[in-house]
Amino acid sequence: MSGTDKIEGIYLDNNATTMVAPEVVEEMLPYFTEQFGNPSSLHQFGDKVGRALKKARKQVQTLLGAQHDSEIIFTSCGTESDSTAILSALKAQPDRKEIITTVVEHPAVLTLCEHLEKEGYKVHYLEVDSKGRLDIQAYYKLLSDNVAIVSVMWANNESGTLFPVEEMAELARQAGVLFHTDAVQAVGKLPINLKETCIDMLSLSGHKLHAPKGIGVLYLRRGVRFRPLLRGGHQERGRRAGTENAASIVALGKACEMAMQAMEYEKSSVKAMRDHLEQGILEKVSHCFVTGDPNNRLPNTCNIAFEYIEGEAILLLLNKMGIAASSGSACTSGSLEPSHVMRAMDIPFTAAHGSVRLSLSRYNTMDEIERVIEAVPPIVAQLRQLSPYWSGDGPVEEPEKAFAPSYA
Amino acid sequence: MWDYSEKVQEHFFSPRNAGAVDDANAVGDVGSLSCGDALRLTLKVDPDSEVILDAGFQTFGCGSAIASSSALTEIIKGMKIDDALSVSNQDIADYLDGLPPEKMHCSVMGREALQAAVANYRGEEWKDDHEEGALICKCFAIDEVMIEETVRANGLRTVEEVTNYTKAGGGCSACHEGIEEILTRILAEKGETFDPNAVAGEIKKPKSGLTNLQRMKRIEELLDEIRPNLQRDHGDVELVEVDGKYIYVNMIGACAGCQMAATTLGGIQQHLAEGLGEFIQVLPAEELARRAAMEA
Repeated sequence: MSGTDKIEGIYLDNNATTMVAPEVVEEMLPYFTEQFGNPSSLHQFGDKVGRALKKARKQVQTLLGAQHDSEIIFTSCGTESDSTAILSALKAQPDRKEIITTVVEHPAVLTLCEHLEKEGYKVHYLEVDSKGRLDIQAYYKLLSDNVAIVSVMWANNESGTLFPVEEMAELARQAGVLFHTDAVQAVGKLPINLKETCIDMLSLSGHKLHAPKGIGVLYLRRGVRFRPLLRGGHQERGRRAGTENAASIVALGKACEMAMQAMEYEKSSVKAMRDHLEQGILEKVSHCFVTGDPNNRLPNTCNIAFEYIEGEAILLLLNKMGIAASSGSACTSGSLEPSHVMRAMDIPFTAAHGSVRLSLSRYNTMDEIERVIEAVPPIVAQLRQLSPYWSGDGPVEEPEKAFAPSYA
Repeated sequence: MWDYSEKVQEHFFSPRNAGAVDDANAVGDVGSLSCGDALRLTLKVDPDSEVILDAGFQTFGCGSAIASSSALTEIIKGMKIDDALSVSNQDIADYLDGLPPEKMHCSVMGREALQAAVANYRGEEWKDDHEEGALICKCFAIDEVMIEETVRANGLRTVEEVTNYTKAGGGCSACHEGIEEILTRILAEKGETFDPNAVAGEIKKPKSGLTNLQRMKRIEELLDEIRPNLQRDHGDVELVEVDGKYIYVNMIGACAGCQMAATTLGGIQQHLAEGLGEFIQVLPAEELARRAAMEA
């Protein structure tokens, strides 16, 4: 498949990764060639790169609304930022042995927490309701002097549902607990003004906002006690040693500047395309529904569960038509379990397996959306014809009883 | 995405025998609890000859589940049911030119649907004894349940033993952490702790048991065995010193200063290690001088 050819393919998997904006590529290219210096060097080769990094740091600071540019630490990816934040909180406060997070976090946080449990830490996993919302009362009760850090995502990567992280950070501050948010999906899609919040740490990932892969940021509020993950050189003020990924940092700066300019478009036009796509599919396909909280989610994300069919099969047929999306089905993840996010929302498995995520960007067009609305209904119909739960134009009567296989 | 063979893709995009067979006299409904996929197989069996005249499938599942179902129906049509029962999940996978390890359970589901359908035809109760857990070793498609059962049954205590018994961990070795966790858990049930340094039972042989003199003679013998190879290239090797596991040699003739010297030393080391049955390191004699200087 020629994924780079925009005319042939329709890319609706922007929560997985995004196209690097052409302006961003242009901005970063000189840093592979003539601007090759080490920013730590005293000479002119290094100095110029050093200045470029300074500019990029400012651009990231502006998008995040951070008070100081020194609160921006460049890392290699969102996962590194998450690990750095959580492990730092544990190292800096050895007497605190508890962590609060949610059941629907990204594996970057979840897998780390599960690992920390084996090392003796107590992890509280906040549950969600059928629309993916948290119980703030339950959260409030867990805050104590034993908690080293709260780590809650800003926006869910699968459903797009937003968590009230600003409110939660405030509660954490009152209780004297550090608050970290994995904002990898939120940055660039929502206005963020960190200096007005109580958020202590925030992770972002470049490739989710049209910068390249391999660059991330940890925002670290000034004054928050910190212990580096990587020690070595003095880079990033000793908080993240290792020679800077200069070209990608410059690229991320440019991408942040562009995201800032596109924020209005994201909120209005991208959202309008998403809404049109969702309405179009819901009108034409029976027995499907939107997962997550439709009233409180990212403007670019739509997650639809198609009942009685399986997500990977849908994706393969979509891919054949040049449409790229992703699914919460077990079979697309490499694990045998369906998406932990869908399970957490208590979506029945005949629907959870057929959940398909369509995530847009500002590079999509209304014309593409129309073509997807046309393509989806026949694909769903084709697979339902194969399904033991389906007969003719609808599900068999009492599907769960009519087809009740013996499970092994 | 998945590395599906052409054949898998072809059977997914254009499945054969999709839908239920009219006037079927055998039905098998099975599902895989671990991944949520499910399959209904309907057969029309000739009561006299017991030949499968027609087969149809309905599948709620992923691309390879649909392709495996399609392949199964193609394989068994025209077979006598007794012959059909001998079709294994590997046969289904082979028919499709292979399945990714994570997807082998799709072919298992096909075989089970067949067993269930035949049981249904014969008026028997079909019971499934197959249990599946999370996939641990992706190189050889070995799941957790399989490893656990093997560890319990054979009292295994090292990763190496698990690899010897199940193949799990014998490939890329990325799953060794997972295998260690299983061992830790099962040994804990017996009140024991997992020891990462324990030596696998099968290769736990007494050390060479030679005296120093015998050991040196053995080393000379082993060197003599490879000497002809070196002499053929107008080189040679001489033993300089044996210090525990360190064996110092001089490369002479054409071997001295040869660009392949390091490779040759590696070959000598392997030959000596195998011959002595212990871990040793072969080093150039200059190294001996260097070490002596450092100690002084």
